[in-house]
Amino acid sequence: MSVVEQTPKPYSRDWLLSDRPTSRHQARLGRAYVIWRRFSENRLALVGLGIIILLLFVAAFANVLAPHNPVQGDLMNARLLPPGSPGYWLGTDDQGRDILSRLIHGSRLTLMVIVLVAVIAAPIGLIVGTVSGYAGGWIDAILMRITDIFLAFPKLVLALALVAALGPGIENAILAIAVTSWPPYARIARAETLTFRNSEFISAVKLMGASPFRIVLRHVMPLCLSSLIVRVTLDMAGIILTAAGLGFLGLGAQPPLPEWGAMIASGRRFILDQWWVAAMPGFAILIVSLGFNLLGDGLRDALDPKEAGQ
Amino acid sequence: MTLNDTTAATRRKRSRSSSTGKAVLRFLVTVVTTFLGLLAVTFFIGRVIPIDPALAIVGDRAPAHVVERVREQLGLNLPLYQQFYFYVRDALTGNFGTSVLTTNPVMEDIRRVFPATMELATVGTVFGALFGIPLGVLAAVKRGSIADQIVRVVGLIGYSVPIFWLGLLSLVLFYAKLRWVAYPGRLDIVYEYTFTPITGFFLFDSLVQGQWDVFWDAFRHIILPGALLGYFSLAYISRMTRSFMLNELQQEYIVAARAKGLSETRIIWFHALRNAAVPLITVIALSYAGLLEGSVLTETIFSWPGLGLYITNSLQNADMNAVLGGTIIVGSVFIAINLLSDLLYRTLDPRTRSR
Repeated sequence: MSVVEQTPKPYSRDWLLSDRPTSRHQARLGRAYVIWRRFSENRLALVGLGIIILLLFVAAFANVLAPHNPVQGDLMNARLLPPGSPGYWLGTDDQGRDILSRLIHGSRLTLMVIVLVAVIAAPIGLIVGTVSGYAGGWIDAILMRITDIFLAFPKLVLALALVAALGPGIENAILAIAVTSWPPYARIARAETLTFRNSEFISAVKLMGASPFRIVLRHVMPLCLSSLIVRVTLDMAGIILTAAGLGFLGLGAQPPLPEWGAMIASGRRFILDQWWVAAMPGFAILIVSLGFNLLGDGLRDALDPKEAGQ
Repeated sequence: MTLNDTTAATRRKRSRSSSTGKAVLRFLVTVVTTFLGLLAVTFFIGRVIPIDPALAIVGDRAPAHVVERVREQLGLNLPLYQQFYFYVRDALTGNFGTSVLTTNPVMEDIRRVFPATMELATVGTVFGALFGIPLGVLAAVKRGSIADQIVRVVGLIGYSVPIFWLGLLSLVLFYAKLRWVAYPGRLDIVYEYTFTPITGFFLFDSLVQGQWDVFWDAFRHIILPGALLGYFSLAYISRMTRSFMLNELQQEYIVAARAKGLSETRIIWFHALRNAAVPLITVIALSYAGLLEGSVLTETIFSWPGLGLYITNSLQNADMNAVLGGTIIVGSVFIAINLLSDLLYRTLDPRTRSR
C-alpha cells in the first residue's frame, strides 16, 4: 500500500506514515492509521459510527438508562400520553408503557437479531465461498448453483414462508433471515478466493505440505474477511428492516417483547389520533439502519479505495 | 447489490461460453435448475419442516377425519422423493392446491390478485426511474458537492427506512390530514361494482374505456403506495446511475467530445448517459423485481388487493398452500426478470457479444 507523501508534521504522524517501517508493529499501526484517516475524512461515516456506538451503549446499559419498566405500564394514569409529558418524553402506548423505555430495551433485541444473523450467515457464506473458490471443478459448480438458487429468491418472501412453517417467534425470524442472507457472502468470498488461489504464497504453503483444509482455514479465509465485514455491515440495515417487517406482520418477536417492528404494528390501530405510538419506533429503526448504512459505506471507501465514491 | 452479483454472474458465464449454442444450453440449464431449486426449497418448507404438514394446512382445530383426508390428498404416506416428484408435476401444471381461506384453487386466486401487484410495481418503477436517473446524473456530474451529498443521503434514507412505517405516516399526513389522496384500497366503493376491468391494470383499463372519473379515482389510490415503492427504487437507481455515470465521465470519448467543443449538457445527457443506459436497464429491471417483493409490506398498509396482501392474509390464517403458491409465483417472476435482464444486457451491449 503506497502512502501519499505528506508534508512534515508532528513526529508520531510521520512515524505512522513512514514509507519504510522498521518493524512489523509500525507497519501494522501505520496501515490502520491510513485506513482510519481515510475513514474519518468522510463525515457521514463518522456520524454512522457514532450512531452505532450509541446503540451499543444504550443496549449495554438499558437497565440503567430506561426510566420505566418496558413491559409493565401504568394503566391508571399513563395511557396514551403524548410525547413531552413529564416523565414520559416520547409518550406512552395504549397499555401505559413508556415508549422511550421500550425503545431502549428494544435496542437489545435489534442488536441480538443483527449479531445472531451475522454470526450464523457470515460463516456459512465464508465456508461455502472459500471452499468453492479453492476447490473449483464440480464442487464449485454445485455450491454456486445452490447459492444462485437462494439468490434468486426474494428475501422477505422466503423469510415469510420459512417463519410460517417454523412458527412465529424471534428465534425463528433470526433463523429465517440468516437462511436468506448468506448467498451474497458466499459470492464475495468465492470471488476473493479466486484472485489469490494461484498466487505464490498459496503454492508455498502447499509445497510445505499443508492440507487443503488447512490452506482454506488458515490462509484463504483470513484474507476474505475484510471485504466480508464491509458487506455484512452494509447488509445490517437490510437485516434490521427485514426483522422489523416480520415483527410488524406479527411473525417476529411476540408481545410483550419491545421489538420495534411489533411496536409499530401495535400502534397502527390508533395512528390517526395517537400517531407517536407507531411513529417513535420507526424513527429508531430508521436511525439505526441509517447508521449501519453510513458506516458500511465509509468502511467500503476506506478499505477499498478502488471503489471509493462509486 | 443484486446488480454486482448478476454482472459477476454474467461475466463468469461470458468467459466460459464460446458458441451461441453452448450459451443457450447453459441458459436453459440455469433456468431449469434454478426453478427446480425454488420448488425444492418450497417443498422443504411446506412438507419437511412442519411436523405434520396436513395439520399445518388445515390447522390444529380440524377434526381427525379432515386431517386424514388431507394427508391422503397430499400423498404424505409416500416416500419423500415420490412426494417431490408429484409436487413438481403439480407445480408445472399450475396446481398449488386449494386455499383454505378463499376455498378457491390457489392459482386462480393468484391470477386474480397479480395484476394489482404488477400495476403497483410498474408505477413505482416508473416513478423511481423518472426521478432516480436525473438525480444520479446530477450527483455524478457535481461529484463531492452539496448536491451529491444530498442525493447520497436521500438514497441512504431510502435504503434505511422501514417502508411500512413510512406508509403509515404518509397515510396519516396525505389522507387523514391533508385529504390529498384516497383511502387505502384500489378504487372507491362506488366504482368497485360499476367498473369492469379488462386486463386488471385499472389505470390502463379505465383509459381504454374512456372512463375518466374512474381513472382519476384509481390514480388517487395508487399515487401514494406507488410513490413510496418508487422512493425505494429511486434510492437504488440513483445510486447505480451515479456510479455508472462516474465511470463514463472518466472515459476518453468524453475528453474528445469536450475537445470538439460540444456543450456540457450535450456531453452529459447524450454521450455519457447513452453509454450508461445499457447497465441501467438491467438495474431498472432488477429494481422492478425488487418492488414485486417490496410490495408485500406496502400492500398490507394500503389494503392493496395484490399478491403481497394475499400472502400475508394467508399467513395470518395459516393457509400454507396459498403462502407457498404465492412464494413460488413471486420467486418465478423474480427469476424470470433476473434472467431477462441478463439476456437484455447481452443483447444490448455489443461488447458482450463479440467475445
